[in-house]
Amino acid sequence: MKTGASMLEIERLTRRFGSKTAVDGVSLSIPAGQMVGVIGRSGAGKSTLLRMINRLTEPSEGRIIFDGQDVTQLKGRALRDWRMRSAMIFQQFNLVQRLDVLTNVLVGRLNQRPMLSSMFKMFTAEERAMALTALDRFDLAEAALQRADTLSGGQQQRVAIARALMQNPRLILADEPIASLDPRNSKIVMDALRDVNRDGLTVLVNLHDLTTARNYCDRIVALNAGRVVFDGPPAELTAARIREVYGVTEEEFAEEAALAVGATPHQLAVA
Amino acid sequence: MQEAYATSLPAVIRGEEAFQAARRQKRNAAFLGAAVVLVCLIIAAWISEAHPATLWAGLPRIFEYFTRILPDLRWAALFASAETEGSIAFWFYRLPEWALLILETANMAALATLLGSAVSLLLAFPAARNIAPSGLVYNLTRRFLEALRTIPEIVYALIFVWAFGVGALAGILAIALHSAGANGKLFAEAIENADMKPWDGVTSAGGSWFAACRFAILPQVLPNILSYLLLRFEVNIRSASVIGFVGAGGIGEELYKVISFNYYEEISAIILLIILTVVIVDLLSEKLRHAAIGRLEAAR
Repeated sequence: MKTGASMLEIERLTRRFGSKTAVDGVSLSIPAGQMVGVIGRSGAGKSTLLRMINRLTEPSEGRIIFDGQDVTQLKGRALRDWRMRSAMIFQQFNLVQRLDVLTNVLVGRLNQRPMLSSMFKMFTAEERAMALTALDRFDLAEAALQRADTLSGGQQQRVAIARALMQNPRLILADEPIASLDPRNSKIVMDALRDVNRDGLTVLVNLHDLTTARNYCDRIVALNAGRVVFDGPPAELTAARIREVYGVTEEEFAEEAALAVGATPHQLAVA
Repeated sequence: MQEAYATSLPAVIRGEEAFQAARRQKRNAAFLGAAVVLVCLIIAAWISEAHPATLWAGLPRIFEYFTRILPDLRWAALFASAETEGSIAFWFYRLPEWALLILETANMAALATLLGSAVSLLLAFPAARNIAPSGLVYNLTRRFLEALRTIPEIVYALIFVWAFGVGALAGILAIALHSAGANGKLFAEAIENADMKPWDGVTSAGGSWFAACRFAILPQVLPNILSYLLLRFEVNIRSASVIGFVGAGGIGEELYKVISFNYYEEISAIILLIILTVVIVDLLSEKLRHAAIGRLEAAR
């Protein structure tokens, strides 16, 4: 387990949707370079938690401190700069289907482009080289000029990771990155996330699959009804602990969580 | 009363009764709705003095007008020169002038469509509920677009003729303003139907609102926008044909003249030319739309 000075501090973070509390007073302290898996049943608030860190969803209460800076107060330019540093990866990849792969990766540089040149899709040769390098890392350089919707799910998620890397992020927030993928692509994507983590990036990844979380993460945070119910190394998250925390067996938990994200449970374990 | 179902299971009986009740309720609602519409229709006709008797009395006069504007064509002379009465050339003896005017009309429509749609494209993004920066901006742009399209083209044309003088410029601006309002609403609705996942993707990468509009939304709605643009072009050809009535350029001025002077045969000649132009534009834009959308689908 890599440790360092605490980089991301989440303090009593809360989000309410109407009368429902999705995330309820979550406090976490995450050191630089850690790979953290967030698990929980459907509706536990995993997605909302990650989206609040990137500020795609506004917190109702609480603070997020990154390197001493209060992220929850950011606005305009400063907020967009923060979003660039905390790259997101989504379950549905969130690529622009009708644009080519290269442009999709270059979206990661939009924050650094002057407004007018970006309106005309003008990027520098240096940026294109950077994008192609990122694509090549995932064996996708050949597909650079293909439209994103011609790629398989696994390929699209790799494009999404390349886009995230283009942002030169300090933090990667992956929201169920493998829930829509087959086992082989799940492994490729999880390996890619582990690789970038080893390059020094902090990774927060929402997972519905316990085995994957245990295999890849330094630390596991379990959420239930918006609250942290477990926070520790994977070895401590035993089957007994799962039953204690969620009131169901590990098999039931796995089945339920997989159903919630629309995946088939028995296929999902990635070793 | 038919009891065919009475012998069946209780569930069947209950289900059939529920079905009958629901159907009765639906029928009653439909009858009531139809009655309300009918009453409204009668009241509206009464207030606007649209009496059936007037319609009945005027009907033959319409046919009379149509027979008057029909050309006096003779088989023997059909393809003779413009000097011979009864030939097509005699009917269309001013074809060169009219052709020029029709061309001007089509150009007015094309320019107005492009100008207006450029404005709508810019306004459609803040006017789309799903991506508008704030409720205020959304409401302001929506109301502005409404105002643009509610004012009839002919009113704009009167204002612009007064400001810029008689000519095509007034017509182009008038049609462009109306097109901006009409297409703005359609474009905004296309944007509201767009998939928002790419929007999250671009925003989460630190892209600005403008970048997200450009990269996440525009590629999705471009085929739709192209369709609406070509449709608007067809509509604008018709508008440009009549806007000349108030001196705003195009074939309309000529049409107005021949109608007021009762040059009956020329009325039918010009109307036929306009119909032909609309048919040609219809056919062309259909081809263009398929080609352009096909290319959009294939390339990127």
